[in-house]
Amino acid sequence: MLDLHGYGPSIFEGAILTIEVAILSLILALALGMLGALAKLSQNPIPRFIATVYTTVIRGVPDLVLMLLIFFGGQMLMNMFSDWLYEQFDIDIFFNINEFVAGVFTIGFIFGAYMAETFRGAFQSVHQGQIEAGLAYGMTKRQIFFRISFPQMMRHALPGLGNNWLVMLKTTALVSIIGLADMVRLASEAAKAVHEPFTFLIPVAGVYLALTAVSEWILKRLEIKYSAGLGSA
Amino acid sequence: MDSLIALLDNNDIFNVTTLLHYWSGFVTTIQLVFLSLIIGLIIAVPLGILRDSKNPLISKPIWAYVYFFRGTPLLVQLYLIYYGTAQINGIQDTIFWHILSEAFYPCLIAFVLNTAAYTTEIVRGAIRSTPKGEIEAAKAYGMSWRLRMRRIVLPSALRRGLPAYANEVIFMLHASSIASVVTIVDLTGAARDIYARYYAPFEAFLFVAAIYLCVTFTLIFIFRKLENRIMAHLQPLSH
Repeated sequence: MLDLHGYGPSIFEGAILTIEVAILSLILALALGMLGALAKLSQNPIPRFIATVYTTVIRGVPDLVLMLLIFFGGQMLMNMFSDWLYEQFDIDIFFNINEFVAGVFTIGFIFGAYMAETFRGAFQSVHQGQIEAGLAYGMTKRQIFFRISFPQMMRHALPGLGNNWLVMLKTTALVSIIGLADMVRLASEAAKAVHEPFTFLIPVAGVYLALTAVSEWILKRLEIKYSAGLGSA
Repeated sequence: MDSLIALLDNNDIFNVTTLLHYWSGFVTTIQLVFLSLIIGLIIAVPLGILRDSKNPLISKPIWAYVYFFRGTPLLVQLYLIYYGTAQINGIQDTIFWHILSEAFYPCLIAFVLNTAAYTTEIVRGAIRSTPKGEIEAAKAYGMSWRLRMRRIVLPSALRRGLPAYANEVIFMLHASSIASVVTIVDLTGAARDIYARYYAPFEAFLFVAAIYLCVTFTLIFIFRKLENRIMAHLQPLSH
């Protein structure tokens, strides 16, 4: 039988943490992605420019470099800010960027850029005639967005979103590098302590495979839901 | 030239020593990525062809390999190979140990296995989407399976697979930053050294981020040129 030398429970907690980081990052990434896509499709050149810089730069730099930058650089900015507060207003507070916040923000921020590209493509594949029909019915912009664009866009976006999610799930392993006790970190520490790398790392790999399998099942359900009315799903 | 040296002299972080450190990191990154991609591609093409083999003894193991390496984080694969190979009984007495005891080679093996798995899927997808008519025409000409692969299927698969492969190349460049975790001084590793020495996160990490960005753009440019070249016959005529 699998003998985890008493590390089992802590690695299990690490797995829960991995899932937490992944889900929180997903929420942030979806929000940023939606904002980014709307900015990219906007008539106003300023948000369009900002969103283009965001998606281009983020997708051109390795995740790990961005994570180190946000984790170490963010801490330094916060220190500078609290120094400034102390000097100017005599307010003495200390902001601590912990690994969890840095991890979630970085991953959410990175995948927001990928999500923005996915959403943009999906919005563009909704027929213009549909939106014109909405206008002809006298719907407001908000109604057109929630009743016409969004539900139809989701059908086109889902395969891309699913891909991004699967990549993101694996990217969460990087938080172990900045010191967050996720399952990869706990397993690699246990592996070093007991000198049995396979005993700990193979089960961790198995958890990732299981999470992938569950995600694929959920994505299939969602695809059926959003393909309603399009014949065979 | 003199002014450049004067500028570097007056700078705490970007002096000659650190720039040389960055340069050697850059060389390591390029070596790792280039070797991984070349070896990975050589492994992936036959695997991609055999992935759809009718013999389950051939196609199932390839499926399992691809599923494992695409479904788990590269970091876990790297740890498995880096720490795992050292624990194999008796390996330290064999000649392989000379290779494996350096961090570079376990890392290269992990990268090769990872990129080969992704590339296998790309090759397989490109082969699968070969128009049926092309294969039927080749059969009608009496071409053997080998000849058909070489003359018809693979050349047209290359065209269809190239955009996805360009993404994989950029993905590999970015993924290679993980090498810094196992003591390799690649670009990211150099930035981490310089951050640790000067406690200057912005200078250290923004600088390498800019280098990665430049390399990414260069790669995108090269692949776009390449795509235009090999798909020239599909472009609309311009007069």
